[in-house]
Amino acid sequence: MLDIQPEGYVTADGRKIGSVLMEMKNITLRFGGVVAIKDISFDIREGEIRAIIGPNGAGKSSMLNVISGFYHPQEGEVWYKGERRPRMRPFEVARQGIARTFQNIALFEGMSVLDNIMTGRLNQMKSGFLSQALWWGPAAREEAEHREKVEKVIDFLEIQHIRKTPVARLPYGLKKRVELARALAAEPSILLLDEPMAGMNVEEKEDMCRFILDVNDEFGTTTVLIEHDMGVVMDLSDRVVVMDYGKKIGDGSPNEVRNNEEVIKAYLGVSHD
Amino acid sequence: MPDTMLFAMEAALNGLTAGVMYALVALGFVLIFKASGIFNFAQGVMALFAALTLVGLQSGQIPFAHLINAVFGTRVHHFGFTLPTLVAIAGTVVVMVAFAWLVERFIFRHLVNQEPIILFMATIGLAYFLEGLGDIMWGAEVKRLDVGIPQGMSGAVDELTFAWFGYGFYIDTLELWAALIAGILVISLVLFSQYTKQGRALRAVADDHQAALSVGISLRFIWVLVWSLAGIVALVAGMMWGAKSGVQFSLSLIALKALPVLILGGFTSIPGAIVGGLIIGVGEKLFDFFMQPIVGGATENWFAYMLALVFLLFRPQGLFGEKIIERV
Repeated sequence: MLDIQPEGYVTADGRKIGSVLMEMKNITLRFGGVVAIKDISFDIREGEIRAIIGPNGAGKSSMLNVISGFYHPQEGEVWYKGERRPRMRPFEVARQGIARTFQNIALFEGMSVLDNIMTGRLNQMKSGFLSQALWWGPAAREEAEHREKVEKVIDFLEIQHIRKTPVARLPYGLKKRVELARALAAEPSILLLDEPMAGMNVEEKEDMCRFILDVNDEFGTTTVLIEHDMGVVMDLSDRVVVMDYGKKIGDGSPNEVRNNEEVIKAYLGVSHD
Repeated sequence: MPDTMLFAMEAALNGLTAGVMYALVALGFVLIFKASGIFNFAQGVMALFAALTLVGLQSGQIPFAHLINAVFGTRVHHFGFTLPTLVAIAGTVVVMVAFAWLVERFIFRHLVNQEPIILFMATIGLAYFLEGLGDIMWGAEVKRLDVGIPQGMSGAVDELTFAWFGYGFYIDTLELWAALIAGILVISLVLFSQYTKQGRALRAVADDHQAALSVGISLRFIWVLVWSLAGIVALVAGMMWGAKSGVQFSLSLIALKALPVLILGGFTSIPGAIVGGLIIGVGEKLFDFFMQPIVGGATENWFAYMLALVFLLFRPQGLFGEKIIERV
């Protein structure tokens, strides 16, 4: 059992987790008559790796889309850094320091890896439109600064060798890594990963796991991830939310969740006799 | 060198300068098509409207003068002053940026996620609206546009070629200037899109809308930006064509000449628009030169379209367009 205090808690492997960074309060999301998310509440704490799991169609991706502003819930509130977040468009959410990756990779295929990652820094670039257009004054200096940050991310994720390659030419596993790099380049407060390991082979999965853990270790990035692979989830995450048919059926450390009866039912099924 | 060769060279050179003008119009199409997938039928009318506004500002015309006079029974026409060309150009740029903002705000914001054909239809409506607006604002008569670029035969080219070949080529100075200005415009557009924050955002939006949103790019801002750029390109095209043959309705028809250029160059490629324009320009002049004795001239009207048809048959994505590969 985790001992969760307002100021934080200590994980099973002894890592210290901070206070609440984001809180979802009674979120309900409907598409017409279909209820995708039904009255779900949970919090995300500073520095933790939070997983959302559940069978297909449970509403996990919808939840991630609510956090990143692609969907707007009909009921409920999103609290971020102690303030209630008003209805926001996705690019405004991104500007608040919430970066994400997509289940079906959304990279700029025609651009090089380097350029793709540079787009992650667009929000950190401060120089004005005119200065940019004329490439004069702060703009040139700024570009160099951002390049340096981006190079660090590239080093970190070990993709130096493909820096100049157009993304369209990369294999699937590397594309996923580039997408992670672009999200990291934004130096996000919260990193949202929508099935970061879907469709990968064992080796690629191991690499990805290592990167997610390293990122959390090195930068203390709060990470929210959706994943199908139970083994991966249990290894990676500090706390897990379990969803089924749009409802929350479990929330706690991987161990607690594993022994939760409802979770076992949802995953293994029960005989109806 | 035999005379025919010299004449052909002269025709080709003239074709190059004409081709630059075609490329200029095609460029406006490519910008908008790349960023938003909209084929902007109004690009030609935008060139006309920009040229009208430029003349109007330059000569100190009162916008909507006819309308004001009809409603209030006044007889106003001019402010009584003229503006220097550069100031008038700056003013026109402001008008085109405002136009871009209005187009985004009142038309395309409401058509997000619609079929391309619906967006295309919207631009047709926009074209007719803008044409009428131009008429009401500035009057429908043919206007002379003088932006201070010398016209007529270029003496330098004439002398140079005479010294080399003993035969002076006839090249219009205006077209040489147009080529130069178009060149500068293209180079700055390429630099802008490759090396600036907004340029990168522009390419990002052209590539994937959803991903662009997720890194914090405002689609609305980019759409306004891209329509503004297209408006500025339209202004340059309208200025050059207007100076050459007067500002009048037929100016908007240059958009039709841009179609074969786009089919040749590919709808999504800026270099494609340039090369396509040059090929069509040179092609139609040379074709006319060699075929005139056989078919009796006037081939310039249809050559470009015929070439476009051939391309559609054998290379539908154009020279530089993205090849369409379907996975089955």
